[in-house]
Amino acid sequence: MAISPEEVDKIAKLSRLSFSEAEKQKFQQELSSILDYVAQIKEVENKTVDAEHDPDSINLMRDDLVFERESTQEFIKQAPDRQDNFIKVKSILE
Amino acid sequence: MDFHDLTIKSAAELLAKKKVSAQELAKMSLDRIKQVDGKIHAFLYVAEKESMEQAKKVDEMIIADGENFALTGIPYAAKDNILVKGMQATAASKILENYVATYDATVINELNREMPVLMGKTNLDEFAMGASTENSAFGPTKNPFDLERVPGGSSGGSAAAVAAGEVLFALGTDTGGSVRQPAAFCGIVGLKPTYGRCSRYGLIALGSSLDQVGVFTRTIEDSAIILQQLAGPDPLDSTTLPKPVPDYSKNINSGVKGMRVGIPKEYFVKGIDPEVEAAVKNAAKKMEEMGAVVSEVSLPHSSYALACYYIILPVEISANLSRFDGIRYGLSSPGKNLEEVYFKTRSAGFGAEPKRRIMIGTYASSAGYADAYYKKAMQARELIRKDFVDVFSKVDLLLTPTTPKGAFKFGENSDPIQMYLEDIFTVGLNIAGVPGISLPAGQTSKGLPIGVQLVANHFAEEKLFTAGNALEKSLNLKLKPNL
Repeated sequence: MAISPEEVDKIAKLSRLSFSEAEKQKFQQELSSILDYVAQIKEVENKTVDAEHDPDSINLMRDDLVFERESTQEFIKQAPDRQDNFIKVKSILE
Repeated sequence: MDFHDLTIKSAAELLAKKKVSAQELAKMSLDRIKQVDGKIHAFLYVAEKESMEQAKKVDEMIIADGENFALTGIPYAAKDNILVKGMQATAASKILENYVATYDATVINELNREMPVLMGKTNLDEFAMGASTENSAFGPTKNPFDLERVPGGSSGGSAAAVAAGEVLFALGTDTGGSVRQPAAFCGIVGLKPTYGRCSRYGLIALGSSLDQVGVFTRTIEDSAIILQQLAGPDPLDSTTLPKPVPDYSKNINSGVKGMRVGIPKEYFVKGIDPEVEAAVKNAAKKMEEMGAVVSEVSLPHSSYALACYYIILPVEISANLSRFDGIRYGLSSPGKNLEEVYFKTRSAGFGAEPKRRIMIGTYASSAGYADAYYKKAMQARELIRKDFVDVFSKVDLLLTPTTPKGAFKFGENSDPIQMYLEDIFTVGLNIAGVPGISLPAGQTSKGLPIGVQLVANHFAEEKLFTAGNALEKSLNLKLKPNL
């Protein structure tokens, strides 16, 4: 199944990735062949099992307690842009 | 004493008898790394200073307490997608090149209770996506048995480091075969425990419903020793189950007499190397000679495993990798607004394979396609899981090839689909959540190691160790590369 250049653009936008024209062409071809391969999954017929829930799984809860871990400073230090104890981001409203 | 011939067990005995110190072991490991890592590039970071400091502490503790545990002073390595406080954790990606971990992964904490010595961080395919380490942003690792060939992946650095005698064990991660396949290619033992057996807290997530931490060792006995430390519930990973942890070494010598071993017929597909097939058959014969009952079994939905995996995994990747946005850590490319920062950072930071998988995952989970791909894959997943549960009502273990053939040459699998086919015998276990172990079963005529995989039901790792130990002893291979 070939996917169109417009679809590549749409998925790239959703993925927050940008590509050159050459990259786009390569991706279009590669994604099409991967999708061709995985499309065999469409043959699977499974009406008997509830695929959304693993029957053996259980919910594990823990108390929401404060525990000691790395300092805010240590964590913030990893951020590319920061001020005091805050991570700085670009404005989202013009 | 040849450092390359030591196991965890034999090194611990030498330490206990004071025939060697932790500092001497760490020095031997560093010397070996200096001697061979230029050829194989297993390490992305060698913890020269930290390891010697830790070894000194260990020696002081042994003198002060007169006590040492199974892992005390044992030199090991960790894949560079496992967080160790104060050390890099690049996941072999440019996007995390300058990241320094601010906390220890739970598995590192668990090991540290016995004070082993971490020698460094090992190479991998970027974000553990690949089967060769060719996708590492920092150059590939080479197979110690043949430098023109790949070590397997994604945990290729960890596998090569153990096989080359640089460390006595290494941690990896296994999402679809990333521990078992490189173990097979490098002639060592690679374990993937049951999903939920060990904590993934502090592992850089790939496919959260598939990921497990894994272990590389030279022997099955050593593998059991490490799992003993790693297994158990973690409040910080709610997928770990509060099941009792058995003594994994207790029944390791009890043999396979009466054990029912199934050979899944679907795993002998066309394209499998006749030498690999012969090695699996030979392993089956050995098991039979030791009293196991070997029979052919069926996992009828096996043919869908790879397609199922390459839908579910990219969907989870596209979600997991959305956290790399240039804001909280790692690479950040300047932009005039927030969205431009995202686009520029991610486009500059991710390599081709992560981009490919993010795109596939976004597509397969997007409006209009999720029903045809993701939902279908989840239905197939349930059928594949049921295949394993059903087969384990008839047999105790499965015996399969780990890979269709031995290690391939660099560049040989340049087509993405061809590379994905490398995982054909290993992904089913991750989809079903069951544990597996790969152990050496022979060599090809070119001298490349061949691995066989033992598979057990959920939380039945004990059986893998008992059968694996019996098989390992009867094959008596002791593969060792010439470097």
